[in-house]
Order: sequence, then C-alpha cells, then structure tokens
Amino acid sequence: MKISSSEVEYVAHLARLEISDQEKEVFTSQLNDILLYIDKLNNLATQDVIPLSHAIAVTNAFRDDTISDSIGTEKSLTNAPDARGEFFRVPKVIE
Amino acid sequence: MELNRLTIHELHDKIKSGEVAARQITESVLARINAVEKRVHAYIRPLPAEALAAADRADADIKQGNIKPLTGIPVALKDIVCTKGIATTCGSHILDNFIPPYDATVVEKLRNAGAVFVGKTNMDEFAMGSSTETSYFGVTRNPWDLERIPGGSSGGSSAAVAADECIASVGSDTGGSIRQPASLCGVVGLKPTYGRVSRFGLIAFASSLDQIGPFTKDVEDCAIMMNVLAGYDPRESTSVKMDVPDYRQFVGGDITGWKIGIPREYFIEGIDPEVSTAIKNVVDVIEKNGGRCVDISLPHTEYCLAVYYIIAPAEASSNLARYDGVKYGFRAADARDLLDMYKKTRMQGFGAEVKRRIMIGTYALSAGYYDAYYKKASQVRALIKTDFAEAFQKCDVILTPTTPTPAFKIGEKTDNPLQMYLSDIFTISANLAGIPGISVPCGFTKAGLPVGVQFLAGHFEEGKLIRIASVYERNAQLEKRRPCL
Repeated sequence: MKISSSEVEYVAHLARLEISDQEKEVFTSQLNDILLYIDKLNNLATQDVIPLSHAIAVTNAFRDDTISDSIGTEKSLTNAPDARGEFFRVPKVIE
Repeated sequence: MELNRLTIHELHDKIKSGEVAARQITESVLARINAVEKRVHAYIRPLPAEALAAADRADADIKQGNIKPLTGIPVALKDIVCTKGIATTCGSHILDNFIPPYDATVVEKLRNAGAVFVGKTNMDEFAMGSSTETSYFGVTRNPWDLERIPGGSSGGSSAAVAADECIASVGSDTGGSIRQPASLCGVVGLKPTYGRVSRFGLIAFASSLDQIGPFTKDVEDCAIMMNVLAGYDPRESTSVKMDVPDYRQFVGGDITGWKIGIPREYFIEGIDPEVSTAIKNVVDVIEKNGGRCVDISLPHTEYCLAVYYIIAPAEASSNLARYDGVKYGFRAADARDLLDMYKKTRMQGFGAEVKRRIMIGTYALSAGYYDAYYKKASQVRALIKTDFAEAFQKCDVILTPTTPTPAFKIGEKTDNPLQMYLSDIFTISANLAGIPGISVPCGFTKAGLPVGVQFLAGHFEEGKLIRIASVYERNAQLEKRRPCL
C-alpha cells in the first residue's frame, strides 16, 4: 500500500475536506492506484536534472507603482455568503 | 438558409455586403439552441436576452460602417472565464452564486471585436475531467451520438460548435481540454503556446499548464479567433510580450519541403484501428501536398501522464484553497466553528473528482513527499521539454492522433479515474512543454463518430499549425456531414 486510510484522513484534514468513511475507503483505493502508476517516474535517473516549473522562461513582471482603479469594498462584498458593514462575517474563530 | 450553420468568415462577408443583419444570425442560433439544447445540454446558461441586445448594438455599428472581425458573430464561452455581471460557475456547486465583478481579458477582447455572447458552456467541474461528466450541472452529450460523451473538460464548448448552437466558442486546455473534445466532436480546436493568450479572469486549475483557446468550424475561423484572443496583457504576469502575427496570412499557403515528425511513441498498442486508418490517410494527404514525413522519437512520452498527475493536482490543490465559504460562492450551514465551516463547505461544495485531485495534490506537496513527487515530476517535465526541443531540430511540425479512441459512452469510465486519464495521453505533453497544438477533423469511424488529427509546433509557432491544418483541410476532401439532431 502506498497510502493508508489514516494517511488519507490526515491529507483530507490538511486539504480542509471533511470526508465520509465510505469516501475514505474509495479514496484510499483510488489514490493507491494513482500513486502506483506515478511510481514509474522512479525508473528515470534525474539527480542532475534542473526541475522545470514553467515551460516558458518567465521573470518577475513589475509595473510602475501607480494608483489605478480597484473593485472597492462594496463590490468585493457582494458575493460574500455573509457580510456585515465592511467585513466578511465568519463563525467564531477564538474560544 | 440556416445562418447558424455558417462559419465566421462566411457570416462576416454576408454582414459586410448587407445580405444579413446581426439580429438574424443571433436569432438563428437561439432558435437552434431552443430546438436541440434539451438533448445536447451544451450550455450551463444560455443568454438569449443579452445576446439579442448585443446583436442590436452590432446592427447599429454595422449601419455606421463600423464592422470589426467578429461584429454580430454569436460566440459561446466556457463557464470558466469570468463575465462581469453574469454568473460564472466553473461547473461547480461551490461557485453556484458567483457573479464576477469583472470580465476576463479574453471576454473584453472578444466584446471589443464585436462578438455576441450567446451563453456560458458546460464543463467538467473546475476543468478536471475528460468527458464533461463531472459538471455539477449535468452531462453534455456528443451531438454525433447522444449516448456518448463530447470529451472534456471543454465539452460544452465543443458540442455547441458541432451542433451549430453557436458559430465559435472559447475553451481552456490544461492537459487536452480543448483538443480532445474538438477531436471527439469533429471541430477545430487550438491550444496556444503558454503565455500567448492572457489568463486574466480564467478561473485557475493548474496555473503553469492552463491556456485559453478557440473552437471553430474550420481552420480559417480558428485564425480569425486567434487574431482576437492572442496578445500581451499587463494584468497577467505570465503573458508574453511578443508581437502577434496576422494568423490569417497562414491560411492556405504551401507546405512544400516541410518535414513532418511522426513520433514513434505515439503509435502504440491500444489505438483504435479506425483512428489509425484515419491518421494514415492524413499522412498521405500531407505527403501529396509536399510535406515529407520523418520518423522522430520523443523518448519520455510514457512518463507524461504520471508527471501531469502530480503537477496538475499539486497546482490545483493550491489554487482551490481559496474556496473556503468566506469571500464568495457556497457556504455550508450549521458549522460549529471556522475550521468546521471550511471542511463542510468544501465537502458539500466540491464533487468527487475535484476532491480526489485536491487529495493527490495535497499529498504530493506535503512534508516528506515533496522531493519524491513534485520535484521528481518537475525534473521529468524538463526532460519532456528537451525531447520536443530536440525533435523540432529535425522537423517543422509533429503529427499525432489527438485521442487514442473516438468518443466513449457516457458512464463508461466514471468508475475508473486512471482509465479516464488515459484518454488525454496524446495531448498532455504539449501542456507540459508549453507548446501549441491544434486538433483538426480527419474523418469518421464506420459508426459515424468523428476522428481528429493533432499537429504540434514549437513555442509561438501557431502560424505553422494554421498553415498545415488548412492545407490538410483544403485537400483532404472529407465528406461534409452534420450531426442528425
């Protein structure tokens, strides 16, 4: 087994996903299949290869520090499931 | 005359000559949507009222002699590009009520070019899928056979063009999501070079792979759409500052003396024999028209899928962390506290495939596994890019099947994620290497399902793709067919 059901539970926690026992079972089996398939990469020796994160050479894209229009508070809050005044409203964070 | 069946360039000529009004064209498309949409379900949200208003504005422009490349042309948008004031769901419950406060750059560009938006098209949830079956809003059916999938993830955009429910459409391609559905629906689909088209306003899946591109009825229309979509955007940090050619100059022309690379690793066991035959016929047409096929090797081809299924989920797990029930979209009720609210919102808001990929990505990036998975995959990605750089020393373009099989049946692969992933086996490499690719129809199977051929070229060589695709299209003498709906 590449990944156990308790590891699946831990990864789900890291990913902020609640999963049912049934999902846990299915994911454990499917993730195992996928990770076993991915294992084929270990057939390749890559210790001297520089990892590639972007296929096109990209550099930092700076712009002049000038003020331009932004969306603004009111519009930023229009899609919020819960908002009050100038704030997003969320369940209690601190006990 | 059924205007909805025509191409952009045909309609443009009719608008210019005053033969038809923009309103007639849009009405024709809307009538078609009304007639077939119940069966095809290409759209999450058709926009009839907005489209008619835009068509009337186009007619006012036309009266003033102000005719732009897409004036009065009905275009559909994959529901992954943000449209100001119009709900954008990405095929997900978690974005159910999301109304973007801004337009994606491509939406602005299309609108400025005169396009009439007729609707937002269906897609796999967050573009994760190859069949448009993972959409929260139901499956899209292939217009050529309603029992089959249209491909994915941009299956709504490809089906809408194939069913003449729009004239052209826009999709996005992270591992084949434009080319694979284009192939399975018998239309033209192009994934541009990474950085060629702005991703500003494209809801992110895997940011180092995502690219926006067009679906069209022929190659000339593809060039027209690329003229509008391509170009540098200061709002997008990976957009490339480079002049955009007039892609129409590449339509037609000549490929005499071109070398066409045939990668031996792409002609493997498991390709449907009817797909093989169709591709052999493409090779004949290309050779008759002056191209010379050469045997090439892309030695790391067999690793592409494994690399993709680390990199794409890893980037997705990070990109999708923003859906937390706070700023926009769906929020689960009855949470005990903030953490519980996050977890319940994401459990109820995401579908199974999205959760699966978030899980793979989170695992691959988690402490202790980063080197074994993400770093390893990024190293092999470098080897894959080098494969293509070396291949393009020996040839001008590469020719492959777009997909190993024609469209499969709805439900056939939903229980087996790996089997589903294998349907993108020929398209993923272009995203990893950042190169452009086009899928062009190249015939039908005996059962009447479309088959597509893929051409790949070096970075920013979309012009070469348009040239060879149009030479093929003009000389193939394929039978003209339309789906019976």
